Amino acid sequence: MEKPKLVEYKRPKHINDYPTGPTTEGGKLVEKNAGWRTYKPVVDKEKCVNCLRCYLVCPDGVIFKSEGKVDIDYDFCKGCGICEYECKLDAIKMIKEDK
Amino acid sequence: MSNEKVNAKNITEDEYFYGHKACAGCGGSVAVRLVLKVLGKRTFSVLPAGCMSAVGFIYPQMAFSTNAMIAPFPATGAMISGVAAGAKALGIKDFHAVGIAGDGGTADIGFQALSGAIDRGDNIIYICYDNEAYMNTGIQKSGLTPYGTKTTTSPAGENLPGSIRQKKNMFEIVAAHDIDYAATCSIGYPNDFLNKLKKAKEIKGTSYIHVYASCPTGWGSPTNTSIDLAKKAVDCGLWYLAEYENGEFKLNKNPKRFISVKDYLLSQGRFKHLKEEDINVIIKNRDKKWEKIRKNWL
Repeated sequence: MEKPKLVEYKRPKHINDYPTGPTTEGGKLVEKNAGWRTYKPVVDKEKCVNCLRCYLVCPDGVIFKSEGKVDIDYDFCKGCGICEYECKLDAIKMIKEDK
Repeated sequence: MSNEKVNAKNITEDEYFYGHKACAGCGGSVAVRLVLKVLGKRTFSVLPAGCMSAVGFIYPQMAFSTNAMIAPFPATGAMISGVAAGAKALGIKDFHAVGIAGDGGTADIGFQALSGAIDRGDNIIYICYDNEAYMNTGIQKSGLTPYGTKTTTSPAGENLPGSIRQKKNMFEIVAAHDIDYAATCSIGYPNDFLNKLKKAKEIKGTSYIHVYASCPTGWGSPTNTSIDLAKKAVDCGLWYLAEYENGEFKLNKNPKRFISVKDYLLSQGRFKHLKEEDINVIIKNRDKKWEKIRKNWL
């Protein structure tokens, strides 16, 4: 599975460190979106039958296939709750984040 | 053309639109993500001003891992044509040129460039994700805003029910160019959407895909119901799934009974103010539209 990667961003120190023109390398992430969330989805692997509905409709693409079930990349999940709402088997539950 | 259907099981696991800053529950980002998943890594995407360019290109956070660029607002169609011509001049063969614009960028501001691109018949794909207003700039009425919608430029009050115009028939306008392939989809029916994208990908010529994509921020709906609302819009008859190919219209989904329009409308903040008579106007227009669709597209 290939997806944009989280990298450490070093602030440019010299003018030569800036990109030439308004272009830059794609698929480069410097910040997580996890802080947006109040509730986080948790997958009940016993109930999940791998129908992949949640995988298809996740706006952020954070649900990925893993060992015949689905798993969630919590670094980029915004906690919108679409996966819980769309899951017909109640295999995903939104749980309040701990502080 | 291969007949195998695309579905969640056989689609690539790679993500080409990831870590973006769209609102939680954004329907437009589901559309962009699925478009790029079907088209693949070797895609040149062109995005005009709009949510998807605002949330995808925040230097140094670059959510697109395919080649992607921002077009001037009215230029999406022209720019994809240019990208396709440029790639051809360089001898690049294995690629797709796609433009992904919102409803304002398609039906109003980008209209002439789209019309020109279809006229040239280049091998390009144009995606319009329709959330029924200019959401990025703060919910202004666009040409695709339906009757009775409250936006900041069509406020609802004692005298007006919000927007007083019907949605433009964008799909039919595009089809009237005698385009190679056009289709309407909804993110509420993702499998239908994926397979229309696949068709657009394989057709040599110009394709236009109009995808209905919800916007929790602009529609005043809970973030978790985005997909459900886009599905309900189809089920209650306010949106339809159809195709135009070889000069013929084809209806893909003909609901025997529509679900309640009232429930669909009143579950969203933008329609909360609607009175019974306004809802009846909407139902009357829907029935008129469907009478034509069923007569001509079946």
